[in-house]
Amino acid sequence: MLNYDFDWSVLWREPYGRMFVDGIRTTVCLSLASWTIAVLIGLFIAVCRMAPSRTARLLGTAYVEIFRNVPLLVQIFFWYFAVPSLLPRDMELWLYRRVTNLAACAGAVSLAVYTASRVAEVFRSGLLAVPQGQYRAAFSTGLSRAAAYRHVILPYAFRISLPLLTTEFLTCFKNSALTMTIGVMEATGMANYIDSFTFHGLETTTAASFVYLGTSAAVILAMTCIEKKMRIPGMIRRKA
Amino acid sequence: MADHVILKNLQFMLGGLALTFELAVIALAGGLLWGTILGMGRLSSIRWIYLATSIYVHFFRSQPLILVIFWFYFLVPILVGKPLGAFASAIIAFVLFEAAYFAEIVRGGVQSVPGGQVLAARASGLSYFQVQRHVVLPQALRNMVPALATQSVVLFQDTSLAYVIGLREFLRRVNLVDSREVRSVELYLFAAAVYFIFCFGWSLANRRLERNRGGNSC
Repeated sequence: MLNYDFDWSVLWREPYGRMFVDGIRTTVCLSLASWTIAVLIGLFIAVCRMAPSRTARLLGTAYVEIFRNVPLLVQIFFWYFAVPSLLPRDMELWLYRRVTNLAACAGAVSLAVYTASRVAEVFRSGLLAVPQGQYRAAFSTGLSRAAAYRHVILPYAFRISLPLLTTEFLTCFKNSALTMTIGVMEATGMANYIDSFTFHGLETTTAASFVYLGTSAAVILAMTCIEKKMRIPGMIRRKA
Repeated sequence: MADHVILKNLQFMLGGLALTFELAVIALAGGLLWGTILGMGRLSSIRWIYLATSIYVHFFRSQPLILVIFWFYFLVPILVGKPLGAFASAIIAFVLFEAAYFAEIVRGGVQSVPGGQVLAARASGLSYFQVQRHVVLPQALRNMVPALATQSVVLFQDTSLAYVIGLREFLRRVNLVDSREVRSVELYLFAAAVYFIFCFGWSLANRRLERNRGGNSC
């Protein structure tokens, strides 16, 4: 039944070992870059959705619904294949000539824009969970809208949202694997690429899956400690 | 000109939707079934069942679906001795992967049923399986509906990943048309619109269902 020659040495043998490590590094860089952009956009969209202006709320809702209801893979293809051709001719040529890692950039942008729609929802539920009294107290002390959000509401909402943000970061980390479809050599893509030389895809994909498992476990452990420190006293706790 | 590209290939591209829906429905049915078993296992008082199902659920939830698809694509031919084809590999990967997510939904749903219900059912002489089948699961299911609706949208979007092992579902077909016609902007906007209509429509329908049902759920 199992007539398969396992050869785990593809994981460290030259040149595959180095390629695999490169892949892991790309995954980490890609997901961290997208995550940073996603948090910024997501925060902005969430505040828009709470704004008194109807237009701002509508635009925020439209952003979330559009980017959440289209598969990430379609978005990746759109940013990589379609967006450059929408730019002015000079810029398009410059992109293709000068930007050597165009696929990684397109991947990072699509991942960031997609993740932002999910982060926005997390922040919004965080903002909604801030007791009304906090808003009223902040405004009644004479703080402007911006100052109230900056100094009172957002730090509060951020601490409430922290556990869900961890989940979203891990989703973003896993989703970065989809960029392999446009040729980004991250961990999954590299596992597949090494298979095309060695026909030992089972070993490389297994190794890649342990990389994802290990990273998730590490992030969850670290965040559990941080969440414990950042917890707001008096709020309902997640049962251990 | 622009819509010409889409109209000309409309039939070919929409033909892929049949496969997309087939994948989604099989993955949903299989995932829900396996997920319910796993979810009940996560609540089991028997230690090894709890441990085994917990490891399974946590493992799959930490993996990217695309990697799982590849893994089964490589593994299945080795186990079976002959290639089963992309469709079978994709279905296996989808069911096993989505089940981990459904398991957590089922667990949450079951935990939302008041403990008194179980005690009352047991006291009236029902066996464990009768209690689950007639008392706990029907109530849990009602509480799970919103989460199941969300997860089914995610699952529907996930079927696009079958693209990577060459299944000719909707996105693959759009991609094929694009490689012939080179009209990426129109084609991918079209693909996005089609997915959006299904996913958003489904979410809206569920939101309305929730509202109508309201009140009497808890």
